Amino acid sequence: MLVDDDLERRALVAAALDGAGLAVVAELGTADGLLRAVAACTPDVVIIDLESPDRDILENMRCLSRDNPHPVVMFATSSDSEAIREAIEAGVSAYVVDGLSPGRVHSVVEVAVARFRQYASLQRELAEARTSLAQRKLIDRAKGILMERGRRTESEAYHALRKLAMDQNKTIADIAQGVIDTAELFK
Amino acid sequence: MSPSLPTPELPRLRLGYIPLTDAAPLVVALENGHFEHYGLDVSLSRQPSWATLRDKLGIGHLDGAHLLAPMALACSLGVEGVPQRLVTALSLGLGGNAITVADNLYRDMQAAADGQPVTAQALASVIARRRAAGADPLTFATVYPTSNHTYLLRYWLAAAGIDPDRDLRLIVVPPPQMVQRLKQGDIYGYCVGEPWNTLAVRDGIGCIVAAGHDVWNNAPEKVLAVGAAWAQRYPATHMALICAIVEAARWLDESPENRLRAAHLLAGETYLNLPVEVIAASLSGRLTVDQRGTQRELTDFHVFYRYAANFPWRSHALWMLRQMVRWGQLPADADLLAAAHATYRPDIYRLAAARLGVAPPAVDMKAEGGHRCAWKLGEGNAAVALGPDRFIDGAVFDPADVGAKIAH
Repeated sequence: MLVDDDLERRALVAAALDGAGLAVVAELGTADGLLRAVAACTPDVVIIDLESPDRDILENMRCLSRDNPHPVVMFATSSDSEAIREAIEAGVSAYVVDGLSPGRVHSVVEVAVARFRQYASLQRELAEARTSLAQRKLIDRAKGILMERGRRTESEAYHALRKLAMDQNKTIADIAQGVIDTAELFK
Repeated sequence: MSPSLPTPELPRLRLGYIPLTDAAPLVVALENGHFEHYGLDVSLSRQPSWATLRDKLGIGHLDGAHLLAPMALACSLGVEGVPQRLVTALSLGLGGNAITVADNLYRDMQAAADGQPVTAQALASVIARRRAAGADPLTFATVYPTSNHTYLLRYWLAAAGIDPDRDLRLIVVPPPQMVQRLKQGDIYGYCVGEPWNTLAVRDGIGCIVAAGHDVWNNAPEKVLAVGAAWAQRYPATHMALICAIVEAARWLDESPENRLRAAHLLAGETYLNLPVEVIAASLSGRLTVDQRGTQRELTDFHVFYRYAANFPWRSHALWMLRQMVRWGQLPADADLLAAAHATYRPDIYRLAAARLGVAPPAVDMKAEGGHRCAWKLGEGNAAVALGPDRFIDGAVFDPADVGAKIAH
């Protein structure tokens, strides 16, 4: 569940969560109905804008968690404080319902943090755009090599790169760079 | 800059505050140049919620903050999410809160009071009647679970035999949203700092049924909170900050004219952005409490400097911690004394007081509740003038008894 009165930013975060395979069950602009929405949707995570006055209302729900069958708690223990720090610095605060594994929460927050940072800093976004352009060039070159030597279609070449990236937990650009390097060796 | 003080290690500071009348010492210290006098370049940053203020303080986005006193304690104990050690060596004042109910509930309470003063007893009768009729429990709001607003409201209710957890529904609403929520009928009453009580009366939707002073005379309210690590790293900055704010507090209590000038400062767009008369009401100690224009004179409504108001009493800390245990926020076996000692730092305050030539109390704790009138602590030249500290139910809180019983 996502609470943010900034529509544009909310859409960015929602897309990021969606991309990470996490379903956004509800999007709210204000806390009008926050309590009801949380009760109705029982979300695993409520991500709320740091600057929202409604954070206090959410924290109250956490405090009342003992009497609530779906307690809302702040996930961070002291060992997670670095994650919280990052989240807060990026304008995100994350709350989870009991029983959610910390690993998953971590990835949720990480993705959201990345999106918030992207939103917050135009400079960074610009730099990222430049990098992605450079990455695209790498990927295109790698695709070309695969198409030429492996007799694949463009789409097959791309999927091969993507599968390798996912299997090895690397970015497609990294894999593309590897393909190019290898091709250099066999020249 | 004052020559007797070491140069602040960190001359540029950012302090957070919530739009409330009791942020006055910070606003005055900035606008009247007290910060500047102590070599500090301070910017004040208005925050939308207590949780935001706390988190920004925790990660160092703010150097210090106007913070709910119990919140500073709760943070150190880890009641509040990520444990973060905060300290306070300065109370920003005493009092400043009131309990307001919706106009329609006030009329029901008046009827129940049958000509007698409208008190929590009248609310108890209304609640009993509603229960007999099968109606839903009334919803009341406070500003944060670990706030003196919560503890004062619960104390007021409990003293009249109302169980705040069974007979009522208590929720949290941020101060600037209180009046709107009351208007919408989401809540029937609340306990909040000024000017959010006076505003409800002015807007014709609520009546002030009790001042915080009625529940506990000269109760502690906000503190200046900083991180424990920050305080250790920047002792001269901390000292300069305390001195500047005490000077501002002294100015605030010097004359009614100064209070009015403070109201004008607070009313500005950058701070509360509200009509001056709404803010001046509680600062002048003359509150309009109902729609008929009934006025109450409460000279101790806000105390910023008198009665050693800036001293961080460890007995205040213990009372608040005891309330946390009483209402189930802390386990009964929590080490309250250790928490009070770690967070409340009268030793640092005394160093600042010495620089300022202000006589601080010689002890860190006092029994609360035993004084109906102003009194003196200590003898002769070392005597410190203190205010009344009576509780609504006449109870006395002896900090030496902590752990013995969790009744009050």
